[in-house]
Amino acid sequence: MNSDITRSSAAELAHALDSREVSSVEVVQAHLDRIAAVDADVHAYLHVDAQGALEAAREVDQRRAAGEELHVLAGVPIAVKDVMVTKGMPTTCGSKILQGWMPPYDSTVVARLRATGMPMLGKTNMDEFAMGSSTEHSAYGPTHNPWDLSRIPGGSGGGSSAVVAAYEAPLAIGTDTGGSIRQPAAVTGTVGVKPTYGGVSRYGLVALASSLDQAGPVTRTVLDAALLHSVIGGHDPMDSTSIDAPVPAVVEAARRAEVRGLRVGIIKELGGQGYQAGVQARFEESVQLLQDAGAEVVEVSCPSFDYALAAYYLILPSEASSNLAKFDAMRYGLRVLPEGVRDPSAEEVMAATRDAGFGDEVKRRIILGTYALSSGYYDAYYGQAQKVRRLIADDFVTAFGQADVLLSPTSPTTAFKLGDKLDDPMSMYLQDVATIPANLAGVPGMSLPSGLADEDGLPTGIQILAPATQDQRLYGVGAALEKMLTERWGGPLLSRAPELTAKGA
Amino acid sequence: MATAVTEDVVDYDEALERYDPVMGLEVHVELNTATKMFCGCATEFGAEPNSQVCPVCLGLPGALPVVNAKAVESAIRIGLALSCQIAPWCRFARKNYFYPDMPKNFQTSQYDEPIAFEGHLDVEVPAAIGDGTEIFRVEIERAHMEEDTGKSLHVGGATGRIHGAEYSLVDYNRAGIPLIEIVTKPLTGAGKRAPEVAKAYVAALRDLLRALGVSDVKMEQGSLRCDANVSLRPRAAAGSEQETVPLGTRTETKNVNSLRSVERAVRYEISRQAAVLDRGDRVTQETRHWHEDTGVTTSGREKSDAEDYRYFPEPDLVPVAPTPETVERLRATLPEPPSQRRRRLQQDWGYSDLEMRDVMNAGAVELIEETVAAGATPAAARKWWTGELARRANAEGRAVEDFGVTPAHIAELDGLVRSGRLNDSMARQVLDGVVAGEGGPTEVADARGLELVQDDGALEAAVDKVIAANADVAQKVRDGKVQAAGALIGQVMKELRGQADAGRARELILAKLG
Repeated sequence: MNSDITRSSAAELAHALDSREVSSVEVVQAHLDRIAAVDADVHAYLHVDAQGALEAAREVDQRRAAGEELHVLAGVPIAVKDVMVTKGMPTTCGSKILQGWMPPYDSTVVARLRATGMPMLGKTNMDEFAMGSSTEHSAYGPTHNPWDLSRIPGGSGGGSSAVVAAYEAPLAIGTDTGGSIRQPAAVTGTVGVKPTYGGVSRYGLVALASSLDQAGPVTRTVLDAALLHSVIGGHDPMDSTSIDAPVPAVVEAARRAEVRGLRVGIIKELGGQGYQAGVQARFEESVQLLQDAGAEVVEVSCPSFDYALAAYYLILPSEASSNLAKFDAMRYGLRVLPEGVRDPSAEEVMAATRDAGFGDEVKRRIILGTYALSSGYYDAYYGQAQKVRRLIADDFVTAFGQADVLLSPTSPTTAFKLGDKLDDPMSMYLQDVATIPANLAGVPGMSLPSGLADEDGLPTGIQILAPATQDQRLYGVGAALEKMLTERWGGPLLSRAPELTAKGA
Repeated sequence: MATAVTEDVVDYDEALERYDPVMGLEVHVELNTATKMFCGCATEFGAEPNSQVCPVCLGLPGALPVVNAKAVESAIRIGLALSCQIAPWCRFARKNYFYPDMPKNFQTSQYDEPIAFEGHLDVEVPAAIGDGTEIFRVEIERAHMEEDTGKSLHVGGATGRIHGAEYSLVDYNRAGIPLIEIVTKPLTGAGKRAPEVAKAYVAALRDLLRALGVSDVKMEQGSLRCDANVSLRPRAAAGSEQETVPLGTRTETKNVNSLRSVERAVRYEISRQAAVLDRGDRVTQETRHWHEDTGVTTSGREKSDAEDYRYFPEPDLVPVAPTPETVERLRATLPEPPSQRRRRLQQDWGYSDLEMRDVMNAGAVELIEETVAAGATPAAARKWWTGELARRANAEGRAVEDFGVTPAHIAELDGLVRSGRLNDSMARQVLDGVVAGEGGPTEVADARGLELVQDDGALEAAVDKVIAANADVAQKVRDGKVQAAGALIGQVMKELRGQADAGRARELILAKLG
């Protein structure tokens, strides 16, 4: 184990816990201390549950002391994106409209974490209802990128990637609707995986776009992601869209880390123009490393990907407009009475609450989606977008006929400055141009660090995509590449990040 | 909205001279599955408010629906019983609108892919000419699955409706109860009998659903609800086809909670719309509410075509795709169609048309069937259920089922009469005892000491005594006025406190005076 507990990977912590080098209480306390030291600057947590995490740690320590057979990750703490409902812990989705709401139940993912004996450190910041690529759209203020506090940590799951990058947690849960796990991973130098749609239960994940949302691991290493993936994955009878099959053998694949003879496809449409030079350069170096390690590199074309962003911004708002209708002040959450109205009706209270409780980006997408689903427009917008979605899935089928995995840069740029794109939603949306196709087709994707861009010294990410249900391929390729890159860098990329000082604490 | 404005109406027969009514009937059926449409909550009627709820049916953030397979089976069976085609693949859709009793602010329903479509139900209505009946075929457009909403209770205000209420309470126990909505095609050609057709259709549907065992079909509890769409169009000019005349603007009348109301509400709407059209006004497309007490409909919210539910396929659910094998397996579970069964039973039981209709109206077909199966004669079963018990139920404003009398009881009672232990009036007393909860018929007869006097000696003594005491009457009988013996029989029965076999008493009297 690393001398500093918080610098250890989850796998290292698991080993240290198993060999009684350290207790779960010590591990949790070390992370709570780190949070106290740096989170005032990073602002990655919306809620820290010190007491609950320590209690869970104590319990798992006792069970271990009693000689109980425990899961490999038992006692390893984790942070959870605030879009996952947690019994007895606030869940706001980064929105004012859910301020103070205490869910009466646990999401399936959280229930599995608890059953595994993983103490939950707290809930991480996010763009409101996962709408955004910068975490600036949180009603509770933005999260800062640990590499440069003046920059965005990506989004919507910037909180989860930042806690992992800033050593405020070894592991985190993210959710990815169009890139919200992968793009934050890319801009913070961490690992993020969006599993196959249906691979991880959505029960208790507050829905943004039901047909696109998928929860997954946010970690510092590929092996850690695999370990976490195998905890949260698998069939859930509470989610009709959950796949009724065993979790792919992701841990084995990560340990094997083999690419010899693998056919690697480079997606022609995702790269080149529009991609920052440093991002493109690091990507090409990674591809070269894979080729050197015995992978066969081919170029594939996915022509329909050009329309992915347009289709996504019709399907997502359409589903979101319906999913977010439930926030109406009638049963839970914020309730705002309209000003100057005597004896307001239920409808007036709903309108006043939604006006006050939702931020601009949420309202923008609700309006978009409501319009796209309106009778007379449905066929032209939602209907057309679904057709594009089918074409994108077809492109993937063709591409996976030529290659076992596909590669692209994760995000076209490194982290931009906070505030830079607030007035230009379209340029923010473009952050997800390479990640969105996987959500539309339901295929799994991973982002891992590919280096630092020469022009700004900020992390860049490479994306690996695999066919649906073949998530283990991501881990095999990812682990192999991670090993080669780490050797080249002489250590993990994150070790090059500037030290955060405890000035804010 | 405290007082409803009374609207002009036209005499019904007059209205029919100028206008041709067209109806569309939408029936919502609550299925009697043990659990809700998309979660495991119980569906029991009348439970403590908000006691049968969970994150799913409360629409809490993050919760997801899972389709109740049993409800899908019921939907398919209903579709098959209505001679519908069953979709090999169909999806749920979200119907989006805001209302406090809708936890998610969308209803999970089906839109353009119903589970069942293109069927029909034949209903019996009084013949246009003569006293007989004839068959009217109601074409079914679709039957689809959806979830019920919660139930709002508006407190304060005069009407019990949301306008004017001080506050509202919502009970989400009903939210998520499985519903099947059965929609007819526009019913044309019923003419003057439109209200009767509407009633007969709902009654036939109720019988069918009851026979399928898929619903409690209690209109008063809301497990069967009917919305009646009515429009009028001018009568076709002489020589041209009525079907060529375009349909008029329709109204949708809700809150129609009994068979009688279905008939009355349709009749009222025809008369009301005729008055509107006679004035030269246009019928407003709107939802109207039926008022059982005053027998009128009043305007609810206007329902223009502008109302946009923004339907789209429910992304949280996977498509429903029943295999042909499943459909055939379910088809094999269909009961005999109620109309066919009715004809068969009438023949088996030897009832006249009138008797059968009484039995139907009393809702006693199943009771009689079980009673006959338990050993009673069809005649006795009918007499007890539709004569005695239905009469009592009517008089006391109760349901026949509430008396605690079972078909086995009636069969046992009939057995006691046929074996000669009880006569009719004694049997009625025994029934009193059964209703009073004193036990089964034999038990009651034993406890109350009810038994016909079988001993000729005691009977003869009573006959002699009565003849002696009524010499004048006895003489009339001797003179050949046999009917006068009735008075003597009555006296004998009285003498023996009713526990005598009246037939045997008559025999003895006639023998002695013969």
